[in-house]
Amino acid sequence: MTTDALVIHEGDNVATALRDIEAGAVVTVGRGTTRHEMEIHEHIAYGHKFATRDIAKSELILKYGETIGRATSPIGQGTHAHIHNIESLRGRGDLEKGGMPA
Amino acid sequence: MTFSGYRRPDGSAGTRNYVGILSTVVCANEVADEISRRVGGTSVFLHQQGCCQTPVDIKRVNDALTGLGQNPNLASVLLVSLGCESTAVDEVSRNIAESGKRVELIVIQDTGGAARSVAEGVLIAQDMVQEASTMERVECPLSDIVLGLKCGSSDTTSGLAPNPALGVASDRLIAAGGTSILGEVTEFIGAEHILATHARTEAIGEEIIALVRRMEERAKSVGADIRGGQPTGGNIRGGLTTIEEKSLGAIAKGGFAPVEAVYEYGVRPGVTGLVVMDSPGREPEILTGLAAAGCTVIAFTTGRGAPQGFPFVPVIKITGNSVTWEKLHDHMDLSVTAVMEGTEDITGAGRRIFDEICAVASGRLTKAEISGYTKAMDIYTVGPVI
Repeated sequence: MTTDALVIHEGDNVATALRDIEAGAVVTVGRGTTRHEMEIHEHIAYGHKFATRDIAKSELILKYGETIGRATSPIGQGTHAHIHNIESLRGRGDLEKGGMPA
Repeated sequence: MTFSGYRRPDGSAGTRNYVGILSTVVCANEVADEISRRVGGTSVFLHQQGCCQTPVDIKRVNDALTGLGQNPNLASVLLVSLGCESTAVDEVSRNIAESGKRVELIVIQDTGGAARSVAEGVLIAQDMVQEASTMERVECPLSDIVLGLKCGSSDTTSGLAPNPALGVASDRLIAAGGTSILGEVTEFIGAEHILATHARTEAIGEEIIALVRRMEERAKSVGADIRGGQPTGGNIRGGLTTIEEKSLGAIAKGGFAPVEAVYEYGVRPGVTGLVVMDSPGREPEILTGLAAAGCTVIAFTTGRGAPQGFPFVPVIKITGNSVTWEKLHDHMDLSVTAVMEGTEDITGAGRRIFDEICAVASGRLTKAEISGYTKAMDIYTVGPVI
């Protein structure tokens, strides 16, 4: 059975698209040997990510079971998760000295 | 297992047998390039440094040129100097010669201009190439291989297929007694806590964390969000959202072998196994750093298709992106797209990468060598140009 998108770790809240996915498509999301179906609500380009569940503003984004950033706005399940709604927590010289975002 | 390499007087083994033409300062590049263009069997290293820099950076330039000259892939070295630069040319020359290879020097201001220097340099280089041509490949143990690990123009496929597969290949080389060098410290940011757990000792783990903190502080000192620079615009178009995400994929290149030591930029490791070297992620500086540290083969994973090789070290391009494999076929050496498609596992792909590393070490040419896409190099500096 082919997979259209991949979840790397059990705790992740985003999946990576393994092909271009059109809005409205029902895709197979794989993690290890498990598979489940999910409806995608907007175009997701090859290699880009979508939320696998509803993510609240300020919630941490998890991939590889690790934090890759934080949501700057709510991200609905099956919608594009990228720089327009995720910020990095590292290398933020734009934030005041002391480093990490509050 | 063994490979066919060139045994050098200092005991190291090269995978190539070039006469190196090394420019000692940006102002000598024209002459060095012209000499190399006219003499087959030479390989030229050009860069933008060597003058009007702080002492910290001048030392880096001296050390990098020494390391490059000592690289086992060079049979002998012709240094091309302007004459008035800050680079300690005589010291570099002496230090390279300590490895037992022939070193010659052309000084443009002493020789009397570019035309005479090119003419004289060509004659010297011709003689050196003839001498090098009599050296033959001999059987060498895999433990003689020093492998550079590099990823570039990454996308989300990089962390899923080629990087972990390269980690498998690196682990195999290390199991055979070889050495792998993992650089690109910028691309540890957000993943350093994992890499630190791979360290042989707690102290080495702390060194890794400190190296990352230093790099991050340097990046933050300009007062901007590093996104756009790291991850790059191309990384972002490829689906990578933050430096943390890029780093978590990038460190997979190091496999699961313990990190035995941490080194400054361009320093030749004093131990075998996996080591970490300070360096940025950008190609000209990291590739030079790996070559200066003595890498004789570099394995370079890419998502969107990075074409750069290095003048005298073969650079193997590996991609897991099927579009890149098709569109940039003249730059790509190995595909691990089957991992993305679910028809090959990471271990199998890693085994193929390992076999390719051994074949290239024994003389199989890479696409970057064949196309000559190797010239835009530089030395990593940290201070201002003054």
